[in-house]
Amino acid sequence: MTTTTASNHAVTRYLLWPLVALAGAAALGGIAFNRGETINSLWLIVAAVCIYALGYRFYSAFIAAKVLSLDATRATPAERLADGRDFIPTNRWIVFGHHFAAIAGPGPLVGPTLAAQFGYLPGTLWILIGAVFGGCVQDFVSLFCSLRRNGRSLGQMARDELGVIGGAAALIGVLAIMIILIAVLGLVVVNAMRHSPWATSTVAATIPIAMLIGLYMRNLRPGRVIEGSLIGFALLMLAVFGGGWVDTSSLRSLFDYDGPALALMIVVYGFIAAVLPVWLLLAPRDYLSTFMKLGTIIALAIAIVILRPQIQMPALTQFIDGTGPVFGGKVFPFVFITIACGAISGFHALIASGTTPKLLMNEKDARFIGYGAMIMESFVAIMAMIAACVLEPGIYFAINSPAGIVGAEAVKAVATVSSWGFPVTVEQMQTLATQMGETSLFARTGGAPSLAVGLASIFGSAFGNSLLAVWYHFAIMFEALFILTTVDAGTRVARFMLQDMFGNVFPAMGRTSWYPSVFICSALVVAGWGYFLYNGTIDPLGGINSLWPLFGIANQMLAAIALCVATAIIIKSGKLRYAWVTAAPLVWLVIVTTAAAWEKLFSPELRIGFLVHADDLAAQIASGKLTGAAVAQTDRLIFNDRLDAALTAFFLLVSWIVVIETARICLAFVQGRRCPAVTETPYQATQLMEG
Amino acid sequence: MTVLAQLQQSCASVWSVVRELSGDDAYERYLQHQALAHPHEQPLERAAFFKAEQHRKWEGVRRCC
Repeated sequence: MTTTTASNHAVTRYLLWPLVALAGAAALGGIAFNRGETINSLWLIVAAVCIYALGYRFYSAFIAAKVLSLDATRATPAERLADGRDFIPTNRWIVFGHHFAAIAGPGPLVGPTLAAQFGYLPGTLWILIGAVFGGCVQDFVSLFCSLRRNGRSLGQMARDELGVIGGAAALIGVLAIMIILIAVLGLVVVNAMRHSPWATSTVAATIPIAMLIGLYMRNLRPGRVIEGSLIGFALLMLAVFGGGWVDTSSLRSLFDYDGPALALMIVVYGFIAAVLPVWLLLAPRDYLSTFMKLGTIIALAIAIVILRPQIQMPALTQFIDGTGPVFGGKVFPFVFITIACGAISGFHALIASGTTPKLLMNEKDARFIGYGAMIMESFVAIMAMIAACVLEPGIYFAINSPAGIVGAEAVKAVATVSSWGFPVTVEQMQTLATQMGETSLFARTGGAPSLAVGLASIFGSAFGNSLLAVWYHFAIMFEALFILTTVDAGTRVARFMLQDMFGNVFPAMGRTSWYPSVFICSALVVAGWGYFLYNGTIDPLGGINSLWPLFGIANQMLAAIALCVATAIIIKSGKLRYAWVTAAPLVWLVIVTTAAAWEKLFSPELRIGFLVHADDLAAQIASGKLTGAAVAQTDRLIFNDRLDAALTAFFLLVSWIVVIETARICLAFVQGRRCPAVTETPYQATQLMEG
Repeated sequence: MTVLAQLQQSCASVWSVVRELSGDDAYERYLQHQALAHPHEQPLERAAFFKAEQHRKWEGVRRCC
């Protein structure tokens, strides 16, 4: 018995990992040598899985042992502060599930879909390398730092370790990223619902369904969340089919709106959702969206592995030169800010500090949960990339290019897309639209519709093509469900932060349940993101072109702040020689964010530089070519451009302030001068012994 | 017989994981914790516990992008 185990171990040690490395290398080689012809998506899956396995087995083990020195005998906050509510020692698989559900939102689905305009290779490489050396490390180290500090949040840790300036910068950064994030995700939903009665009525139905489940779980059967979620799931499926019925009935015109009208509806919805009690809408919908999210991701993974669809998109397209229709900008630096979630996402540091560390039973679990859950999220991004790249490139570009670039007429749009070398015809697009139960799929920017087409075609070939339209609207509903969750959860978080800030000046405003304060602060937050959302819908370049890079820059800036805190903690713990583990991704992020922000500010290209675009519009007005309403609209576009430029400059400033503060404090520590001392809860031995 | 028993057991353990993951058993775990940590206090009723729990869980950063 013992010899078998021993020899098994030997096999694992000497054979398994070289085999994994070999398989990964073979898959990458397969991708490299099959350039110029279509490759099978299985190559990408195998390469990804091998890289993740190697990264987890070796790099995360190195970080756990050498850099962080995880200590299994040290009592976690969950054990020391157990209160049966916030602090609960929980099984690591359960914490993994909670943590993964919390970090995986619409981000890893949308980013790769947009970045597919460069071809599948740049995005895929960044997702894999960025996750293994950046994102997973950030999540793991943030979780560890918070774990050793009683589950303190990123903002609190920034204040403790970097001082007042770093703390304030982190706080303002979080607030700003919330506003931009909600606006851009709102735009993704609006573009999916524009002139689509089926999508609009289905998404609208999710609101009363969530409320019904909220009432069920609170009053009829308190706390029975599985029951409630199953009933909710059945009702959501009914809503998907019901939307198809609405689409062919006389009710159709009730749900047929253009972008700006839908944007205003989302704004009104966002305000109401943010002031309603959580149990009525937010909590039940969060259950439903988590169920749907996990179910759909698992179904997609199974379908891709079974079907192994061919990748139609080339490895690289000509758009790496910055002329891409989906968004303007060269592959460097724009692929690195377009794909944030999936490679590295600063937002995760907020979840990894604060919520998750209060559940860990053993400090050793931080590796599995912090590093491991991010690997899963990165894999979701790879699947989104595959779903985008199995579409014919012509179709992908026809769906994702705004009318301002390819032309509003179908004939003109297909001619433009075909002239790029990605042939597509009007009939093809019309057939596809009919199959998906839509009137048109042209210029449905934002990534959600093309992802839904990809999902529908994958699910369709796995489970039968007759239900393509249902699959399409199921995918739209599924994306809208958790985007709407992010909209009201994010609005609430931003509201609390605003109330907290105002509370320092007017104590009454700080009372989170005082109604005047709730209304004023919610209205301010909603007005903030509503402004960007509404203007995104009237932007002739399609809104996504300016908002998504802004979101990417903000998110990477937050990641830079998290990595600054982590680097300072590692150095101040006397581990200067391992500081590169967080400092290297930090330097890379600062380079790409600064480069991207600089281009968004000063690029002479009209679709990239905010300022030059504003100047161009101003010149158009000055030349007298525009008249009447066009002048007023152009004035507004000019103002938006300058506002976006100011915001970009602000993000750049905040991240550089934090980086310089971190460098100053680390240097002071190394030279033995005064700096904020490293804060860590003293060691206490664990009483929990795992069996 | 034993196969059936084993099957039953594994189904039961899967079910308990699903319940714990979804928070379906939060009240039972709360009762356990109260009985251990505060045996002399009267625990909350199921409905009251769930109300407090929902409020606590969704007021803060819970979800990412």
